[in-house]
Amino acid sequence: MIAHTFIEDAPETGPAVSALKTGKPIETDAAGPWRLMWTKFVRNKVAVVAGIIILMLYMIGLFAEFLAPTLPDTSRPQFTNAPPQEIRLFADQPDGSREFLLHVTGYTMTVDQASLRRSYVIDDNQVVPIGFFVQGAPYKLWGVFPSDTHLIGPLNPSDTMYLLGTDKLGRDLLSRLIHGTRISMSIGLIGVTISLILGVVLGSISGFYGGWIDLVIQRVIEVISSMPTIPLWLGLAAAIPLTWSPLTVYFVITLIVSLFGWTGLAREVRGRFFALRSEDFVTAARLDGSSERRLIFRHILPSLTSHILAVVTLALPTMIVAETALSFLGIGLKAPVVSWGVLLQDAQNVRTIANASWLLIWPSAAVVLTVLAYNFLGDGLRDAADPYES
Amino acid sequence: MQMQAVTTERQSDGAEGDVVLKVENLSLDFRLRTQILHAVRDVSFELQRGKTLCLVGESGSGKSVTARALLHILDKNGAITSGRILLAGKSGDIDIATLTEHSPELLKIRGGRIGLIFQEPMSSLSPVHTIGSQIVEALRLHRRMDKKQARAETIELLRQVEIPNPDKMIDRYTFEFSGGMRQRAMIAMALAADPEILIADEPTTALDVTTQAEILDLIKRLQVSRGMAMLLITHDMGIVAEVADAVAVMRYGRIVEAGSADAIFHDARHPYTQRLLNSTVKLERNQRSDGRADPVLLAHQPVLSVRHLSKLYGASTSWFGGNAHAIKAVDDVSFDLYPGENLGIVGESGSGKTTLGRLILRTVEPTSGQVSYFGRGEPVDVTGLSKRQLKAFHRDVRLVFQDPFASLNPRMTVKEIVGDPLVVSGTMKGAALERRVAELLDLVGLDAMAMERYPHAFSGGQRQRIGIARALALDPKIIIADEATAALDVSIRAQILDLLLEIQQRLDLSFVFISHDISVVRYFCDRVAVMHRGKLVEMGTAEQICTDPQQPYTKSLISAVPNPDPRNKRMMHRTRFTA
Repeated sequence: MIAHTFIEDAPETGPAVSALKTGKPIETDAAGPWRLMWTKFVRNKVAVVAGIIILMLYMIGLFAEFLAPTLPDTSRPQFTNAPPQEIRLFADQPDGSREFLLHVTGYTMTVDQASLRRSYVIDDNQVVPIGFFVQGAPYKLWGVFPSDTHLIGPLNPSDTMYLLGTDKLGRDLLSRLIHGTRISMSIGLIGVTISLILGVVLGSISGFYGGWIDLVIQRVIEVISSMPTIPLWLGLAAAIPLTWSPLTVYFVITLIVSLFGWTGLAREVRGRFFALRSEDFVTAARLDGSSERRLIFRHILPSLTSHILAVVTLALPTMIVAETALSFLGIGLKAPVVSWGVLLQDAQNVRTIANASWLLIWPSAAVVLTVLAYNFLGDGLRDAADPYES
Repeated sequence: MQMQAVTTERQSDGAEGDVVLKVENLSLDFRLRTQILHAVRDVSFELQRGKTLCLVGESGSGKSVTARALLHILDKNGAITSGRILLAGKSGDIDIATLTEHSPELLKIRGGRIGLIFQEPMSSLSPVHTIGSQIVEALRLHRRMDKKQARAETIELLRQVEIPNPDKMIDRYTFEFSGGMRQRAMIAMALAADPEILIADEPTTALDVTTQAEILDLIKRLQVSRGMAMLLITHDMGIVAEVADAVAVMRYGRIVEAGSADAIFHDARHPYTQRLLNSTVKLERNQRSDGRADPVLLAHQPVLSVRHLSKLYGASTSWFGGNAHAIKAVDDVSFDLYPGENLGIVGESGSGKTTLGRLILRTVEPTSGQVSYFGRGEPVDVTGLSKRQLKAFHRDVRLVFQDPFASLNPRMTVKEIVGDPLVVSGTMKGAALERRVAELLDLVGLDAMAMERYPHAFSGGQRQRIGIARALALDPKIIIADEATAALDVSIRAQILDLLLEIQQRLDLSFVFISHDISVVRYFCDRVAVMHRGKLVEMGTAEQICTDPQQPYTKSLISAVPNPDPRNKRMMHRTRFTA
């Protein structure tokens, strides 16, 4: 048999660990769920970068008038489909020396006599000095504060600066893109808010009460999600009277998109409710005498908020894509409202793509960047959503 | 750190050739995000042919990781940092620690020379293959049999593990087997390649006590008849006493004491071993019978009275009126609970004991029967209460949950959790609420500082204390404790039970204590009711049920409980019950 042996020293009080990182460990004992979520989220670098991008896009949308070099609908017929201009730092002075001067170069225009098509060539000799916080076209920030300061623009207001080129009416694509950001980013936000309210309310009711209420709501969800969305949107959008103002159309389109977007959210919330309803801590709260309202709002929904946040973040890009698709097809938003979808309408034919590829590249890049950023952010949020797992 | 040998102990008497596996100074590290966990430190032991070594310790002691290291089954972030694992072979020893993950030698050893039985038979057997095909696969891999031979051998193996009708059961699926049968099949699989070493990782923890006795019995017999060496990992000192030849006690990654079973149980030297034994042996005695008057005799009237309570599942809602498949979860149960009394309800899984607790609280509606409550002077018919009246009843009769992790809302601070019943009932708020919560925390032995913290900052035992504080918040008369100590380690289990007893003395409570663990019930309760298949089969004082049971089922149940004394093994000559 084996010998009887034992360790002499005093019993230990905890597992043996040695620290990998120096520095103070994060104090989690008194940390609330949001603090824990945040520490977990910050660890996911991709999601953080995506979050910053999203934040920047909203800032761009918020200060569109100030950030855009000109107004979105100022057209200059002499510069149609003009290519992008580059920002240069040094310019040749008349005395032959090179000095620092922020500028863009102008165009020389040639007209092909046979086809009467204009073509622009960047002319290095034409120097258009540009600067920050310049006086430009007057505007009203958020429709309230009158101003004429732009972040960047030509020093002489009559000069032109087209950093991303122009469209077929000679309007600055950069300015239009910046103004489009406001519409496209906000349509997702408003649409999701409506979806969120519908989804959370109906999902909660369905999941908490179960039984025939659940049965009815689930069948309604199934009917709605079985409808083919594009033809339905087409039909509804076609029914919008042409006489309505662009703003009204904007809200109606948001409503249409969100009326079909809430079903997924409702299902998610219902599933979570089902799982949480039978959790011990909910039973405990019930036995504590909590009313149904208190059960839902004090115990179940707080456990859901982080999940809902993640689902919403993943639902936003679908809204944005839906708006873009509708506008691209010409049944969503219409000029003079500018959105990414409206901008893409200009890039519907091969000739534009061949001659003015920037009209396709930049609006689509904006859509792709936004959708990707939202997805990465949503994934990160979903992973961080339950800080108590494992 | 120094290992001390007890000089009086006789030195190894086995021949050198008997050692099949020798672990020398094994150390294992796990890389966590901010720190390295030294999960196993300097562990040495040897396994001998035909002998059983029990590795015993509480959760987190590193016992399972040690066993898994023998087969190189480690999580990605874990690695063997030093030490040797020597497996005796014909041509010298093989050091398993140096083998690479996919080396053919290692694959040959896994399942071939070392068999492994896991805790959870449901998740370690594939649900989409028949039991037979899984064993046949092992046979064909390790013993190169053809299909026909393998099938015949599989039937033979199933017969050896005492599965009835092995020639038919071979074609059944996992879900058609009961828990005990699955564990038998798992054993058959581990034995398929005729291994020299059997590692059993908590093989009976998920099983009922009578099934546990049968499985341990089977493993022990197979091991002796085949001359295998066995490494049994468990947290239960009772099991250790019943089956071990040698014992190694682990704590925080180190073997704090090792020796023969007799030496460990009767001559423990390390304070931790002594504490572990004390908390196990302590539960062997009844805490209530000494020096107290019988509450049943003292009281004139019970505080809670249950009459003919039944719950049928799958009977009432059927449109086609079929009652044939109804399951009687609780079948005609009647009992009385007296003021200041602790009534234990024991039974195996599926006996209806938890449902009975829920029926009393009406979180599950009874099919028939009556529950009467006398706590407020007037008798109250609980079964007839409206939702609103039920709330008042729930203030007097509280529930303590089994799982200390699931029963506390992770998004609320301890103050909010414990104070929730007070806030809901509108009795207190502000500073008065804070004072009361501090008082309650003090009552359950927690510091008032705990108030602002969230449940994740606490250990299992501390969380259970928080749960108890919540149950006490409204000055209840009765507490229904549903497996309140089942999820806790042995040493903490005794602490919680003592806490409940102490609170009971101070607050004049009655307990309905639902448990599958007979030793806990014997320690805690005045009277015990034994449930079997929904029926209450026997009821008596704790002493009488545990020492002199009358009904055949109770006899088999009591005799299946392992006795933590290797000189007096109880399980091996137990009474069996067939019904």
